[in-house]
Amino acid sequence: MIKKPKKYSVFSLVRNALSYHENWQPAWRNPEIKKNYDAIIVGGGGHGLTTAYYLAKNHGIKNIAVVEKGWIGGGNTGRNTTIIRSNYLWDQSAALYEHALKLWEGMSQELNYNVMFSQRGVMNVAHNLHDVRELKRRWNANRLNDIDCEWLNTEQVKKFCPVINTSPNIRYPVLGATLQRRAGTARHDAVAWGYARGADAMGVDIIQNCEVTGINVNNGNVTGIETTKGTINSKKIGVVSAGHTSVIAKMAGIKLPLESRPLQALVSEPVKPIIDTVVMSNTIHAYVSQSDKGELVIGAGTDGYNSYTQRGGFNIVEDTIMAIVELFPIFSRMKMLRHWGGIVDICPDASPIISKTHINGLYFNCGWGTGGFKATPGSGWVFAHTIANDQPHALNAPFSINRFSSGELVDEHGAAAVAH
Amino acid sequence: MLLINCPYCGEREQEEFSCGGEAHIERPKNPPELSDDQWADYLFLRQNIKGLQFERWNHSFGCRQWFNVARNTATDEILAVYHMGEKPPKLESNDPITPCGEPKIGSGNFSTSKK
Ligand SMILES: Cc1cc2nc3c(=O)[nH]c(=O)nc-3n(C[C@H](O)[C@H](O)[C@H](O)COP(=O)(O)OP(=O)(O)OC[C@H]3O[C@@H](n4cnc5c(N)ncnc54)[C@H](O)[C@@H]3O)c2cc1C
Ligand SMILES: [Zn+2]
Repeated sequence: MIKKPKKYSVFSLVRNALSYHENWQPAWRNPEIKKNYDAIIVGGGGHGLTTAYYLAKNHGIKNIAVVEKGWIGGGNTGRNTTIIRSNYLWDQSAALYEHALKLWEGMSQELNYNVMFSQRGVMNVAHNLHDVRELKRRWNANRLNDIDCEWLNTEQVKKFCPVINTSPNIRYPVLGATLQRRAGTARHDAVAWGYARGADAMGVDIIQNCEVTGINVNNGNVTGIETTKGTINSKKIGVVSAGHTSVIAKMAGIKLPLESRPLQALVSEPVKPIIDTVVMSNTIHAYVSQSDKGELVIGAGTDGYNSYTQRGGFNIVEDTIMAIVELFPIFSRMKMLRHWGGIVDICPDASPIISKTHINGLYFNCGWGTGGFKATPGSGWVFAHTIANDQPHALNAPFSINRFSSGELVDEHGAAAVAH
Repeated sequence: MLLINCPYCGEREQEEFSCGGEAHIERPKNPPELSDDQWADYLFLRQNIKGLQFERWNHSFGCRQWFNVARNTATDEILAVYHMGEKPPKLESNDPITPCGEPKIGSGNFSTSKK
């Protein structure tokens, strides 16, 4: 029997305060693994959990297992710099990311879980003529797609974000920026936990510390998975395992156009509010925002080679810090507290793959690379549709694996390759 | 950061090099006869191995020569460096233990042995 979780509210907070917060219920169960499921999701990151949630909520498929080798949200979901925006160039991506952004806007209410979604705006800064042209092109494309976007000149940039160095004498001066005001950040752990709690309440089994080691296929139909906790059967399997997707695909004899690379981020000591927006620059490769705890959250680049080590080269961090200090001299004496890496699965066109495969019942949702956090709810929404109906939703039809044969690539290198 | 032993210059920091991706992918000999799927395989599909991988590197800020490297992508250990056109060396790879298993102690733990 699934016990409905208690609703979080001011009253529950007061009630639990009276018992010294010792009686809060776990947000999701730690279930026994069943032998058979109607669907199995491989990977308990944000995308896997939203997939399970929307399978249960939108499609009535509730007998689902989410199988995670570590702990939920311990992959890239808990390692990213949480930037959320939808200002992509092409119609296909704009539609997909905007759908996700709209879901973010109602997420905390829908889940009864505060994901601290903060629409503080994202500024993409231009430093040379090419940047200006490229960003203005994207600004116009966004407007045509009904996505909010503005162009700011140098003075407007300074006014919007006073700590930025707009001196014309720096190596890469600020020539302007695009601004998406509806964009922002959210608390990544809360997204994983909130969707896990919501999915669990509808009957989804969340199975942690269980690694998938094989995919069983019989006559072109998928029949189940092998795991470190035994065989689990299902006729529908959705793989959402980010950096490890190629490893899982190999178990089913599938080769994908992915390269797995370390991507790093770092946070500073906490300070008083100093920057109330997100600033990103493709050219000097720096982006920064400030968390609610007061830490500067800084994103670095990917290493130039494949690796699964979940740690990147120090030279990448140095390059990023150099850029940040030039753009924000005021940060030059701040101490960095922590830094880490995640393994991101990069596609040749910097767009995701959300697709069926030639094996019946086996689906892949991958290739989000350096920028899939913002898509978390939308990705699960369309992937659930794809799994439930055995055909793509209109929004993810352009993101089929077949585009690498047809040549219909969705080249988002301008919007996605450096900026996340 | 990796230390790479350029066959022409000796050991240098990885920042001087650029990685050219998976090695030993042959350009198709009969381009006009290839199907779209075969082109996709040549152009885009990659093994993206976790474990022993053969890859090309270029000493772009040094002698600018290309060469091959055998590296364990689960640990970043470089196992061999060999010339372009040479066959990959025979190395025994016993990592990862399970398909996704991380090396036992941290990611710098070497678990692929040279033979
Ligand atoms: C440093 C960094 C900064 C980033 N910044 C941003 C940003 O600002 N904005 C943005 O939009 N995106 C950003 N991203 C990208 C974003 O984090 C990812 O695209 C997104 O979180 C992917 O979600 P996911 O659920 O697919 O993957 P994950 O959260 O990685 O989940 C995949 C899960 O699969 C599990 N798994 C793997 N193999 C197996 C197996 N064999 N069996 C069972 N489970 C398995 C893993 O343990 C993992 O938990 C960033 C990424 C990094 C690393
Ligand atoms: Zn050299």
